[in-house]
Amino acid sequence: MQHKVVMRTNHKILTIIPAYNEEDSPGDVIARVKQDAPFADIVVINDGSTDATAAIAERMDAFVINLPYNLGVGAAMQTGYLFAREMGYDIAIQVDADGQHDPAEIPALIAPVLKGEAGVVIGSRYIEDRGYITPLLRRVGIFILAHIISFIIGRKRSGVFCKRSGVTDTTSGFRAVNRKVIDFCAREYPHDYPEPESLVLFHRAGFIIREIPVTMNPRYGGKSSITPFRSFYYTIKVLLTIFIGLLREPPVRSVFS
Amino acid sequence: MFERVEITAILGSVSLLLIVLELVRRKRLKEEYSLLWLLTCIALLILSFWRSLLDVLARLVGIFYPPTALFVVGFGFVLLILLHFSTVISKLSIENKELAQRLAILSWKLHNLASKTDSGLALEEQEDEGANETAK
Repeated sequence: MQHKVVMRTNHKILTIIPAYNEEDSPGDVIARVKQDAPFADIVVINDGSTDATAAIAERMDAFVINLPYNLGVGAAMQTGYLFAREMGYDIAIQVDADGQHDPAEIPALIAPVLKGEAGVVIGSRYIEDRGYITPLLRRVGIFILAHIISFIIGRKRSGVFCKRSGVTDTTSGFRAVNRKVIDFCAREYPHDYPEPESLVLFHRAGFIIREIPVTMNPRYGGKSSITPFRSFYYTIKVLLTIFIGLLREPPVRSVFS
Repeated sequence: MFERVEITAILGSVSLLLIVLELVRRKRLKEEYSLLWLLTCIALLILSFWRSLLDVLARLVGIFYPPTALFVVGFGFVLLILLHFSTVISKLSIENKELAQRLAILSWKLHNLASKTDSGLALEEQEDEGANETAK
């Protein structure tokens, strides 16, 4: 373990944590990232929170970028990528502020990127049965439907366009990307519920996508922003965006060819 | 001479034309957005005066009472204008978002430069030297 930490400090690594009114959780998440991934810098993107989210993060000695008003998770994440690009980071990791992602899995997540095996690595809940019990079963059945549809789409698309990159978890926000992808995301990143859409973009841009199995926890603090109406709207929107996106020309991998 | 509905149409179009021109003159409406409005007024005026053209148009589209065609044309133009505005709003949203993002990052650089010039964060020092000079 010691050996691994030393090896990684040659690369600049950034953890991006977008946060919107997640008062209780970012502090814990930051602490765990510092503990489990000490080689990574942390930037919290405060997306116009009206609670103490920013103050808590500042106190924990993480970088905090305050957006002037709420832009949504897609734009907030993109801000993290803009920061990563400007400050010259080699690898960026997305971590949710609500505690669902386990920072202990970060070393495993970035390993394929470090080895140059993949441009994008996704932490998937569905590769192995790690007993991920969707607490959502208690709440919103429609959200599961949305997951399933995205899952099917992810699968089916992979089957049609590229048999190699079959993606099992299309809504996972727990991802690590390399420099080229950082640059790509800084230029182009989807807005609402960006996880499935960005996967399609990465795929069409030709980046190599890999998955590793992870365990996700139920949310600690803050409230989920998914209501029954929103999940239905989300499903339609994701499908629509993806299909229209398919009509566009494939996105450019890099500004310099 | 003219039917009452035609007089109404003419007066309406002329009023709208004058209003749009005045708004542009006062710089409350940008010229580029006024183009479609002006085109609309002109089209309506022409059709109001040129009755036979209106009749042809009405028959072409399948409208029984020609003055209705006038309003249909007007409506069609309004739809185009609304669509145009939607594209303008989209562009503004995107530009707005990009500004907010850049502002946030710049703000961070500004605040963190002051407190961190002594520490080993060499990257920020190099990058922000220029900004620091101008900020002073």
